[in-house]
Amino acid sequence: MANLKKFKAIKISQNHLLGIQDLTISDVKIILKIAKAFIKLNRSKTKKVDLLKGKTQINLFFEPSTRTQSSFELAGKRLGADVMTMNIINSALRKGETLIDTAMTLNAMHPDLIVIRHQDSGACNLLSQKVNCAVINAGDGRREHPTQALLDSLTILDRKKKIEGLRVAICGDILHSRVARSNIYLLNMLGAEVNIIAPSTLMPKDVEKLGVNKFSDMKKGLKGCDIVMMLRLQNERMNSSFLSSNREYYEYYGLTYDKLSYAKKDALIMHPGPMNRGIEIDTNLADDINKSVIKEQVELGVAVRMACLKLFCK
Amino acid sequence: MKKKYILNANIVDPANSLNEKGGLIIDEKGNIEAIGKKVNKSNIPTKETFLDVKGKHLFPGIIDMRVFVGEPGFEYKENFKSLSQAALSGGVTSVVTMPNTAPIIDNVSMVDFIKRRGRDKSKINIFPSASLTKNTEGKIMTEFGLLQKKGIVAFTDGLKTIQNSRLMSRIMKSSNDLKTLIMQHAEDINLSKDGLVNEGIISTKLGLQGISDLAEKIIVERDLTLLEEYKCRYHISQISSSKSAELIKQKKKYLNFSCGVSINNLSLNENDIGDFKTFLKLSPPLRTEQDRISLVDALNDNTIDVIVSDHKPEDEEQKRLTFAQSATGASGIETLLSLALELYHNSSVNLETIIAALTFNPAKILKINKGNLKIGNAGDFSIVDINEPWVVKKENLLSKSKNTSIENKKLQGKVKTTFIGGELLFETR
Repeated sequence: MANLKKFKAIKISQNHLLGIQDLTISDVKIILKIAKAFIKLNRSKTKKVDLLKGKTQINLFFEPSTRTQSSFELAGKRLGADVMTMNIINSALRKGETLIDTAMTLNAMHPDLIVIRHQDSGACNLLSQKVNCAVINAGDGRREHPTQALLDSLTILDRKKKIEGLRVAICGDILHSRVARSNIYLLNMLGAEVNIIAPSTLMPKDVEKLGVNKFSDMKKGLKGCDIVMMLRLQNERMNSSFLSSNREYYEYYGLTYDKLSYAKKDALIMHPGPMNRGIEIDTNLADDINKSVIKEQVELGVAVRMACLKLFCK
Repeated sequence: MKKKYILNANIVDPANSLNEKGGLIIDEKGNIEAIGKKVNKSNIPTKETFLDVKGKHLFPGIIDMRVFVGEPGFEYKENFKSLSQAALSGGVTSVVTMPNTAPIIDNVSMVDFIKRRGRDKSKINIFPSASLTKNTEGKIMTEFGLLQKKGIVAFTDGLKTIQNSRLMSRIMKSSNDLKTLIMQHAEDINLSKDGLVNEGIISTKLGLQGISDLAEKIIVERDLTLLEEYKCRYHISQISSSKSAELIKQKKKYLNFSCGVSINNLSLNENDIGDFKTFLKLSPPLRTEQDRISLVDALNDNTIDVIVSDHKPEDEEQKRLTFAQSATGASGIETLLSLALELYHNSSVNLETIIAALTFNPAKILKINKGNLKIGNAGDFSIVDINEPWVVKKENLLSKSKNTSIENKKLQGKVKTTFIGGELLFETR
């Protein structure tokens, strides 16, 4: 992997990866370019390099997560870092220790990277003010999930060879979705047209000010789209009158072959996972290898996270 | 006490329509003996020593109608002594304390305690309010009559709103019988549930649950509808949006009630929250710049009567958390006047309107003989250099809690001395 060595000199404008909002377009291009190189590495026989040898990465997950957590863990390990994943359920935080105190404690162990997922928006910002190492946001509340957006763009680039000029629909629970927010910022930055589709109860106020087109009718929103991103619908939304029932949601907002026919013929389907089959997406459609790139998203996720860890590690 | 002579002051006393250069004489009892342009060097006894304030302003002592004190229950946040020091340094000589203590001020024995502590530990005038409902649970009315006899000037659930319309109508009826003042914090808690900041582009961007301005308007509208039927002394503690201001303006044409605003909502907007500044997590929340401008307009056309500090001391531990977890409210009693003067300096509001909203108007609403410089009244006033620049620094604040919403803000106008009952109780170096 001789070509990876030359990335050492490349600098990014930020000390932390807290959100797409903070990145410049050149930051994004660097991340995506380096991630591309890591895709090749991940598909080769020997997947391990020593770019982060001697570095310590702590994964701090306050919310349960399977794919993001394992993706970050694998990414760190493939780069040769020592990776520790904190089990919050057994930690002092459960005994009332505050996030700042935990940060101080971890900081004293001299980590080089902290990857954090937290249920509160802005938790990673707070953490970044209190530690000396780079903080990577693996999802904070409903604010941002930058590596998800980056891997989504990498997947689109891999399949469509460009993002500029594409029309992308993001569909589902926009109100509570950090994936939607990060994707809106990134796709806008890269020149795509973004359509937001959600029932009005799950549409954030003034979202059009972020530069998107807003739809509550899925068929209208999907018209002419190159990419259809579906979001996960949390079950608890049914209990708080955001929606009446799963079956009604599926009827109006579940992605089916019929609804997909309103998008472009070669439209691709994406989903950040985990999926609720039969609620937000038809189960056969989710597995349709001609349409769905959901598995590729997972694969490219590791590459994107490797690129981020490498670039933000001091 | 020796007689005191203060000369060459710019006296602003809206209660007596006074805005002139002159002096003030305090008699041996600490009361105002004479005031105005007639009091000058030529007609005071030559032997007497006098204080020449050289054109600085002299304002009646400020009455802050919305102050949270930590006693009893949260003495580590603020006690009467620290509150008193903080208030005096801001020219505040009278406060209405909120009942949200632990335990809640909802019975006569608690009132005795508060009054005794206030008298023993503080130097300012404490006017305690009691809760509208037992334990501020919004279910059972407190004893308005008995509490009023003990010296309660107003009734409010403070941080909470009476949600139940039937209870609110009964509170208004009882209040009318007993001539008590009701102060409502206007917030429909079902609509504002889990809300952290104003609902709009900022809540969308920060990923924080929004609070719709309708949550405030709904309660204001409901209460004013009830008030048309059950007339009583009714005051809206604070409003935050142009929608509420517009509604109140219309209703005031034929209904008698009053309305307050927090200096935070008059001076700051939601953009100041920036990168999750928890010190700006407030209730009601900071809203848009358009809302802020509407509130300034509402102050100018008397839709809003009163400016309050909404002084809510919180220790730093409660603010060093994520935005969702951190406590709500900001400390502000010491910066109330200086921050209000910013509205004068940037030509938003004239000086008389600001001073009236801080002194005479709250006194009228509360029916207390404070906030004016009438001859014979206690000498409660402050001398202010309205042009002196200074910077708000946490470490210089006298309140026990340093959760100011305007850390590092440059202000113009500083209280030089504060007198209560003719006695000099605060002086800057």
